[in-house]
Amino acid sequence: MDKIFRVDMSALNCSVEPVPSAWAALGGRALTSAIVAEEVPPACHALGANNKLVFAPGMLSGTTAVNSGRLSAGAKSPLTGTIKESNAGGTAAQVLARLGVKALIIEGIPKGDGWYGLVVNKMGVRIVEEKELIGKGNFAVIEALEKRLGKTGVLTIGPAGEMKMLAANISVRDADGKLRSHGRGGLGAVMGSKRIKYIALDGADAPAVPLADPAKFTAAARTFAKAIMNHPGTGQGLPTYGTAEMVNIVNAAGGLPTRNFMHGRYEHNEKISGETLRETIIERGGNPSHGCQSGCIIKCSQVFLDKKGKYVTSGLEYETIEILGANAMIGDLDVIAEADHLMDDIGIDSIETAVAIGVAMEGGVLPFGDGQGVLRLLREDLRAGTPLGRTIGSGAGNVGKLYGVTRVPVVKNQAIPAYDPRAIKGIGITYATSTMGADHTAGYAVATNLMGVGGGIVDPLKKDGQVELSRHLQIATVMLDSVGLCLFIGFPSADDPTCVPAVVDMLNARFGLELTPEWFGGLGVTTLKAERAFNLAAGFTNEHDRLPEFFREPLAPNGAVWDFTGEEIDQFWNF
Amino acid sequence: MIEVTVNLLATFRTDRFKDELQQVCEGTTVGSLVSALGILEKEVGMALVNGRHAPMAHPLSHGDVLHLAPWIAGG
Repeated sequence: MDKIFRVDMSALNCSVEPVPSAWAALGGRALTSAIVAEEVPPACHALGANNKLVFAPGMLSGTTAVNSGRLSAGAKSPLTGTIKESNAGGTAAQVLARLGVKALIIEGIPKGDGWYGLVVNKMGVRIVEEKELIGKGNFAVIEALEKRLGKTGVLTIGPAGEMKMLAANISVRDADGKLRSHGRGGLGAVMGSKRIKYIALDGADAPAVPLADPAKFTAAARTFAKAIMNHPGTGQGLPTYGTAEMVNIVNAAGGLPTRNFMHGRYEHNEKISGETLRETIIERGGNPSHGCQSGCIIKCSQVFLDKKGKYVTSGLEYETIEILGANAMIGDLDVIAEADHLMDDIGIDSIETAVAIGVAMEGGVLPFGDGQGVLRLLREDLRAGTPLGRTIGSGAGNVGKLYGVTRVPVVKNQAIPAYDPRAIKGIGITYATSTMGADHTAGYAVATNLMGVGGGIVDPLKKDGQVELSRHLQIATVMLDSVGLCLFIGFPSADDPTCVPAVVDMLNARFGLELTPEWFGGLGVTTLKAERAFNLAAGFTNEHDRLPEFFREPLAPNGAVWDFTGEEIDQFWNF
Repeated sequence: MIEVTVNLLATFRTDRFKDELQQVCEGTTVGSLVSALGILEKEVGMALVNGRHAPMAHPLSHGDVLHLAPWIAGG
């Protein structure tokens, strides 16, 4: 039977509790958001004793369902002040599910200035004092824990989390001993505030996840995998080019943020494109198609080597490549890959940090295109926590305020990622209305705006249909985030009628339930409304669902402007 | 004859080209140019003329820039 594992860092004790019936049919984001909404006072300080850090594996995590190993992390975000759910791949969700951990709730703050680690195994959670790893980067933590405990699952924070930087992330060990990240919203700072350096997940002797109807599960899992492989997005595009496939696409559409969101096209786009990334990786003997978790059949990740054939990074994403490459105008995959590695090791969100660097460039901290300057900033300032490093590490919004920049791409103080909302308006509605602050993954309208995924193109340059599109996607994305599915399952879900019924069949076969596809719609609505209610109680209003003023200025080459009125945006919440 | 710049993205480049200035007859549409490249219309995920979505029946004009991409879903 699944249990709730609860850790009280104030009293330094742990308990294992039965799952309350209201949470029994939940997992992933639906569960972390339900727990945060119920147990965290919305007006609390996100780095204070009243905030809680919650981890929940997806409902299908730990099973043989492909691409089902996403782990949700939830809390009140110190960056945005809103509720936050950030999910990641890696091995942690699968181990937690096998250990029967429905959710791990960490509350309170210890007295004194000591640091701790948590060791989770089938008996429960043990709190251990930690000295040796304090100040160390994430890769050193992974290596040390492997020596101490063997190949366990690991959640860890780097120096950024220890220093409670608002862009600090929580890293997850992947199957190769590298990292994935709960990147957005500063959850690494929440973990740091609780003085937890790492959480080791020991799945030794843990049984397989029980299935109510194994035969039905296997049949549905096969249909599900087939739907993923048959869709051109998940079966061909992502495995071939990774997410960087979007560089040339978005550049062609005139929505590629360039020079801190000044232009919509970058003249050196080919230097940082998915096509060039693939060629470079193959030429150097790296791996252009690599999974972030066992059981991944999309394999959008990759292993990037330097010119001498030495490992640099994996999971080099479109967002990181675009924001450093075009928006900060670095235009050099080797520098970007090195920066990605440094950000992983320091434990800082590569979206928030990269956008913050673009704002800092506009503020005169360093010139646009200064790749070596960015590497120096990461190595010497971010890692050491100098005043400049802490400034950049506190996110794009704060950098803008400190350097008097008016072109600051944030919503609810979270950085806008690598799609300009003037030229791809559907994603602009998601940025504006998401309960998480600006987040492209909350309702990825880009695929419908540019490629017509889900039944035809919704013209990215027009307002028509964008609010409805974003609403539909944000409700549907709760399903993916709660089941533990990779975001990209959204593509076959939208286009292949066999996909969502197969997910429902797997859930029913796993838990012995009789859910219908409509149940997902209800889960999405309930979860979004609970998250929104938390934000309203924390002091947010409709006026926070707005894009920054500078998006009213035309964007070359299409001359597109952000022309939604507040009233039009507010229609989003009419459901 | 009119001149059109054709940009191919992702797998459309394989055994073809990255970008090329092409001379085509007046009245050439996006669809007829796609066929001339040996690409099936149903394989096209995104066709942009001068940065804006265009249907297959859209007639090309002198100086147009065409981007063609296969079905790619996102990042």
